[in-house]
Amino acid sequence: MKSNLINSKIFTLLKVQYSNMLEYRVEIALWAISGIIPFFMLNIWTNNNLNESINISDVMLSRYFLCAFFVRQFSVVWVVFSFEEDSLMGKVSPYLIQPLNPFFRYFAQHLAEQITRFPFALIIALFFFIFNPESIWIPNLGILLLSIVSTFLSFLIQFLIQSIVACLCFWTEKASSIERLLFIPTLFLSGLLAPVVSFPAHVKSWIYLTPFPYLIDFPANLLSGNETNITGGLGMQILWIFLLFPLFKKIWSEGTKKYTAMGS
Amino acid sequence: MVQNIIDVRNLSKSFDISSKEPGLKGTIKHFFRRQTKSLKVIKDISFEIKEGEIVGFLGANGAGKTTILKMLCGLIYPSEGSILVSGYLPFRRKENFLKNITLIMGQKQQLIWDLPPIESFYLNASIYDLDKFEAKKRIKKLSEMLEIDEELFIPVRKLSLGQRMKSELLAALIHEPNILFLDEPTLGLDINAQRNLRKFLQKYNKETNATICLTSHYMKDITSLCKRVICVHEGAISYDGKLDLLLKKLSPVKEILIVCRSEEDAIKLENSGFTVKNKIKNEITIKIENNSITSSLKSILNNFDIEDLYINEPPIDEVIGKVLIKKEYEI
Repeated sequence: MKSNLINSKIFTLLKVQYSNMLEYRVEIALWAISGIIPFFMLNIWTNNNLNESINISDVMLSRYFLCAFFVRQFSVVWVVFSFEEDSLMGKVSPYLIQPLNPFFRYFAQHLAEQITRFPFALIIALFFFIFNPESIWIPNLGILLLSIVSTFLSFLIQFLIQSIVACLCFWTEKASSIERLLFIPTLFLSGLLAPVVSFPAHVKSWIYLTPFPYLIDFPANLLSGNETNITGGLGMQILWIFLLFPLFKKIWSEGTKKYTAMGS
Repeated sequence: MVQNIIDVRNLSKSFDISSKEPGLKGTIKHFFRRQTKSLKVIKDISFEIKEGEIVGFLGANGAGKTTILKMLCGLIYPSEGSILVSGYLPFRRKENFLKNITLIMGQKQQLIWDLPPIESFYLNASIYDLDKFEAKKRIKKLSEMLEIDEELFIPVRKLSLGQRMKSELLAALIHEPNILFLDEPTLGLDINAQRNLRKFLQKYNKETNATICLTSHYMKDITSLCKRVICVHEGAISYDGKLDLLLKKLSPVKEILIVCRSEEDAIKLENSGFTVKNKIKNEITIKIENNSITSSLKSILNNFDIEDLYINEPPIDEVIGKVLIKKEYEI
């Protein structure tokens, strides 16, 4: 019963946020275009024949970076910035006294933005295939479904990490600066700039203990058809969610005691 | 017997504030060694509010009125003391408690800026577990009471401040809360919009017996809505009681301008023992204590030839202004 009610709230939130996001469709198209870092990286890798050192063919590498682009498009999170602004301006106050955790609003906002972003991401992929016709492939349905699940789990991990950091603004007021520190390992260890397989073996073993390779590298490898440990990858994603969720709940509950409702 | 719906005992709230000396030296010192001090903004206050009461919180800027409201609705955590609202500890923010209250802040909005208010109403209805049919019914009822109709379908950013405030009220009342916390709800509204909002709140209180806690710098809001006021001065309660008693206490005399038929009558009146403020030809202004006003006027009308008479009430803002700068009022 309770979960039905929450589902209905989330569904309404999603509908409303989707309507809201459609008001910003031009901005969303531009955000989608701004996420083309993987294509630049592909260019650097192929022009310098770097893929030879890790035994990945040109075609597989281009598929990997296309998938990295897709995973990034549907797992990008900015909740720390939204929450920090709302918290400092007192905008979060009315939401705090409603019977729904305000983070559900941000969650719905992100999902709605992803739905709005989808057609633009498809168009970019279409252009990619026009210029790289040899990279065209159709993943089998099972892999496609698992990749969607994995991308969603990646989004959840990033959402939880940023939500935990966002809650720190109950103490520091400028939590986004902590997020900027996290941006560096996210950029280098997630597989956005290079597949994790390209790192030295001893470094790789450490990287796989962090949540970062499960944000882009694992779902992108899964979707592109590169060799990957599917059970291990999904298991690690679920494990990180189970570790991060109680941490978020604890920090939220302690943080709201510190809330001073500034700006309102 | 009407029950207490709000019970506050020895409530205090402190905030940690960091201070910085001016200039470059102060900035460098602040960077390396930040000095924070605990500032007690609410000091050991106690009061009760009965179900259905409309209570006005009065005080100068920074006196602590809004902080009290924020603690009552569970937005911020009290440092000391206890609060019970409708039988709940507000800060625990239990679902049933949150479904019973609402907070409206004149300078803050919860409506989604780029969408018509109707979208936010349905969203709030869903958050408060109302089905679509019930939500539609309540939106219709409240929009009729607030006299908004076409505005429901226009993006919020294109509405006037008054229309927006009405929509904010509708969004905040869709779950029919029985305790309303209103922090300067008429801020920035024109005179007509203020009057309409007050009329609406009176009607809502009458129809639902809702308890209303209100802060406002517009005295008209207080005088037309609240029978009881709680005056807050530097975080402590300086007066808690009936508004009319406070007004009587603060302005115990009325000024009466009397126009006599002749200057001789005015001279006779001047020498008859009343406190005279001034006299110009046949016009004389006297001061009479509130408790003897009927008998004094009767005697004047019987004994002197009077052409006209005006009773001057002191401006309410001036009277209340005295409260805001005083520590304590005993009635």
